[in-house]
Amino acid sequence: MEKLKYALYTGCTARESTPELLMSTMAIADKLGIEIVLLDEASCCGASHLQDFDDMLSLVLNARNICYAEKLGLPMVTICNTCQLNTAMAKDRLDSDPELKAKVNEKLAEVGLEYKGTSEVKHFLYALQDDYGYENIASQVTNPMSDINIASFYGCHNIRPSHLQNKSNGGENAYRPVSLDNLVTALGGNAVDYESKSKCCGFHVELQNPTTANKLSATAMLDAIDQNADMMVTPCPLCHLRMDVQQHNISKEAGRPVDIAVLHLPQMVGIALGIDPKELGLHHNVTQTGLDL
Amino acid sequence: MSIDTKKLTLKVFRFNKDTDYLPYYDTVEMEVSKDELVLDIMNRIKWEHDGSFSYRRSCRHGICGSCAIKVNKKPTLACKDRVFDLVDIFGEELVLEPQDIKRAYKDMIIDKENFWTKYNSVQPYLVADIDEHPEAENIVSQEDAELLDEADYCIQCGSCFYACPAVEVNPEYTGPAALVKAWRFNSDVRDTAVNSRLDSLQQLGSGIWDCVKCNECAEACPKELNPIDKITKLHQQTFQNERSLKNVAVRHAVGFKWSIKKHGILDEGELVRYSEGNIGVMKHIPEAIAMYKRGKIVMPWNMPKSKNLDEIKKLVEISSTARY
Repeated sequence: MEKLKYALYTGCTARESTPELLMSTMAIADKLGIEIVLLDEASCCGASHLQDFDDMLSLVLNARNICYAEKLGLPMVTICNTCQLNTAMAKDRLDSDPELKAKVNEKLAEVGLEYKGTSEVKHFLYALQDDYGYENIASQVTNPMSDINIASFYGCHNIRPSHLQNKSNGGENAYRPVSLDNLVTALGGNAVDYESKSKCCGFHVELQNPTTANKLSATAMLDAIDQNADMMVTPCPLCHLRMDVQQHNISKEAGRPVDIAVLHLPQMVGIALGIDPKELGLHHNVTQTGLDL
Repeated sequence: MSIDTKKLTLKVFRFNKDTDYLPYYDTVEMEVSKDELVLDIMNRIKWEHDGSFSYRRSCRHGICGSCAIKVNKKPTLACKDRVFDLVDIFGEELVLEPQDIKRAYKDMIIDKENFWTKYNSVQPYLVADIDEHPEAENIVSQEDAELLDEADYCIQCGSCFYACPAVEVNPEYTGPAALVKAWRFNSDVRDTAVNSRLDSLQQLGSGIWDCVKCNECAEACPKELNPIDKITKLHQQTFQNERSLKNVAVRHAVGFKWSIKKHGILDEGELVRYSEGNIGVMKHIPEAIAMYKRGKIVMPWNMPKSKNLDEIKKLVEISSTARY
């Protein structure tokens, strides 16, 4: 197989509140022989909030981020669902509206950049699924997740709206996503089937309506727990910040303990590939798996 | 069996509020052909299996919005969606349920009172001083009409409303359908109630800031109206019309701009402080301590910055269009 090479848009949380996400992404890329170039020039994507205030500014900043992947001549990969949606949404609007693209490029020209639309944008999960191939990952598993029930939590912004996401997520169906479950199976684990796997964690109203956020997280996590999940896994650091960090508040809202370990996608892959837990940043997770690694 | 037909197992939600204590599911085996719609098989259940099976239907052309149900939890306008397309997703066992089983009256028929209450709450009509006996036509230009962004194509089927998780856990929330309707009139150049709608829709708990941004509404809408996009336009309009309140959600949206201008990437801690204010931020101390212990908090003096930050600062200066 030709060596895969990507420009990685880390997003903000992987540099701050979820350092373990960046650590584990780099660790598994290294182990799998995937070359990563960090886009250190990139700014925040606006996290689906900046566009509520200033749409044009949000569009220009996202276009600028993509420019840096284009300059490298590489596809861009994201490791946060919300970065993925915001970047893909900007790309879709610019690629389908030449007038808007010209307007944005007028701004970018002021700093010597031009958005062309030449780089694909996809979440790392789908790079692993569609470019690298799960069978190639499975053949390198040294520490299979045998007898562990793992509940995949997909996160909204990788699967919806599907007319936008299907360009880069292998045609994943928003009502019956399979990519994460298939990855769990490829790593030797038991994929837990539960209804809430494609639901919302409530992250985006955490400040203004913590009750809504906690109820949504509780519903999804209790569904996983009630289907005998031993742990959960998510490709989105924002879902992770809720489900890993906020369990105390979620339990209070639910009126029963919501107590389950939550892994980032690359942490799960890294465990199965036999990578040192320290390199995967497992010590940064608030919830612990209890696995003897 | 020909590839043009498939033998399906249908599990059909049954409940009569007047006589049943609990709902139950009927199992119906049926040979379905490739062009049949979900409405066709509901008709066949009623005509061939059980005449008491109840559902709403009227136009059969995707315009009256009566026949919306859920199939395997997927919002489905029965007269629009092909059964074979659903089989492609879910396999040969399909579960037919009403939009919200908690609100079932009889089988697929639900009480949509909560939907209509929300709908009526946004002044869902044109508020304008229009001469009843005009001398000339009251013409709206093509350009102005396009501002509606197809929001007037909503058929009130409720697919988005009953797919919205915020509505499910927060009964106060106005929900996507009514907000699409609010945008339909708030984008109408003739309307004079724009700011009064914005003022009531900005209240925390019930209004536009309680959208959880899950995009379930965009996925559910059979007319592809992208309701969340209309909600975003309402957000933007509060700033354009200089009506925005100074609450935590508004400051959170605005705070991104200042944080990006300063560091390129977000300063997460500072954003929470800016949004909540110096007193409000105190309530986050317990989780901040838990995060600090796990090395999840970056101290201000260690805040990373994007490379080529000057470019970002310049772009923020020359591309900003909104004021707060």
